[in-house]
Amino acid sequence: MNVAHLIRAFNGIVGREMLRFLQQRERFFAAMVRPLIWLIVFAAGFRAALGVNIQPPYETYITYQVYITPGLLAMIQLFNGMQSSLSMVYDREMGSMRVLLTTPLPRSYLLFCRLFGSVLVSLVQVYAFLLVAYLFGIDLPSTAVQFSEQGDVYMLPSLTALISVLPALVLTGMMFGAMGMLISSTIKQLENFAGVMNFVIFPMFFASSALYPLWKMREGSVVLYYVCLWNPFTYAVELIRFAFYEQVNWEALAVVGGCTIVFLGLSAWAYDPSRGIQQRKVGAAA
Amino acid sequence: MQKESKANVSGAPVLSVKDVSYYYGDKQALDDVSFEVLPGRVTALLGPNGAGKTTLFSLITRLFDAPIGRIEICGLSPAEVGSRALAPLGVVFQQPTLDLDLTVKQNLRYFASLRGIPRKEADERMGRALDALDTRERIGERVRALNGGHRRRVEIARGILHSPDLLLLDEPTIGLDNPTRMAIVEHIHRLAEDDNIGVLWATHLFDEIEPDDDLIVLDKGRIVARGRAKDVVKETGAEDLGAAFKLLTSDPHEGVAA
Repeated sequence: MNVAHLIRAFNGIVGREMLRFLQQRERFFAAMVRPLIWLIVFAAGFRAALGVNIQPPYETYITYQVYITPGLLAMIQLFNGMQSSLSMVYDREMGSMRVLLTTPLPRSYLLFCRLFGSVLVSLVQVYAFLLVAYLFGIDLPSTAVQFSEQGDVYMLPSLTALISVLPALVLTGMMFGAMGMLISSTIKQLENFAGVMNFVIFPMFFASSALYPLWKMREGSVVLYYVCLWNPFTYAVELIRFAFYEQVNWEALAVVGGCTIVFLGLSAWAYDPSRGIQQRKVGAAA
Repeated sequence: MQKESKANVSGAPVLSVKDVSYYYGDKQALDDVSFEVLPGRVTALLGPNGAGKTTLFSLITRLFDAPIGRIEICGLSPAEVGSRALAPLGVVFQQPTLDLDLTVKQNLRYFASLRGIPRKEADERMGRALDALDTRERIGERVRALNGGHRRRVEIARGILHSPDLLLLDEPTIGLDNPTRMAIVEHIHRLAEDDNIGVLWATHLFDEIEPDDDLIVLDKGRIVARGRAKDVVKETGAEDLGAAFKLLTSDPHEGVAA
């Protein structure tokens, strides 16, 4: 094992994830359509009914569509994390996971590469969604550009906003990917996965600050408010929201970072050959 | 890429399994199993379903660790040095493990990257490996479009892509027609001889074992016979390997003469 080997393995694993993603066009369209329905249909309809006060990181009143955009970015990543988890269960059932696990490299490194590949795939989806959101005229961070002195002023997506949100997206993608990896280690059969997906995705999404600010949630139900406070998805949304406006929500960063480490550690434990969950599954088939 | 081991040059065993036992809870899957695989030799691991072949392969490939006993691949113990010990190992699993949505070339390149082989060298190696298995013309096709025989050939090509010292084959011909099976059997024997690879071949098909092959008969987790296949037959006084197998194991219906 040397550095060149580590890099080649990284390229191979990440490249395979991207190849698989590019060959699954339906997956890309599904990833786009889902949040766009929320943004264009749901948010437009609720725009008049749900006003959002000025609250950090926003410096002025915003439309509801602007408010839910960070939550939808996190939703794309959550779905992608679950898709990655499904892919790992599929790979395990189809056997290709064995090829990865019998590679002469540390297993935790291989799982990290797999995870990073999944994060890259989620970034492609997130930025494609942002592009469509800008095209639909959602009032997201923009820069005024005038190509000539007398020319029209164009509002283009703010490059600094798109760049400043990137580290937050990588970290939240890692958290959801690690969570998916941990879930994949506990699922015995592919058929069980749909139920688990619904059980994880929808409660996490709805019981968070993705659709409503937490103060508004507290007005409705104190119990629900505390559920949202304990939901890592809330902090992923807030981390993205603040980063998109070039700010850092330190509390969200700490929670998302901490959860990522915990999920990664548990995943590495679950796939460890000396005491992992894989052992019991293979044993059942021996 | 360099091989980490010189075992196949020195003639030392490429695989050494010593006193390995394994339990699933209270159920014993392997009972004090010991054997060696030598370079250039095909060692057939014959046993009925549930004999412990898959457990043994899982332990050798470190899908899980062996808590009792010792396994060494070219002198390195996976339990001691971790995944690094798997470097001289090529594996063809019983279950198909190719990515169906990728082409043959993409699958092999992916594997080559996992083994640290540079792209250009990988392309040269895959050409040679596929040539040897008469599958080169399929290199651009998606695996999903290949029939079972070609898929197994690609899996074997992948197993030898990094020039392993030890090749593990877990019932690699399962589900294939007779001519394809025999072609693969012949190729593997030639490969072992020409490239000095030690081969451990788990099977329950008697006609895949040649008289001069080393043979280990596993039953209920225990080795019940070992030696050259022809000698094992002779020692039992049976007419052929099928009859010897019936005498040696508890389940007379598991082995298949194909």
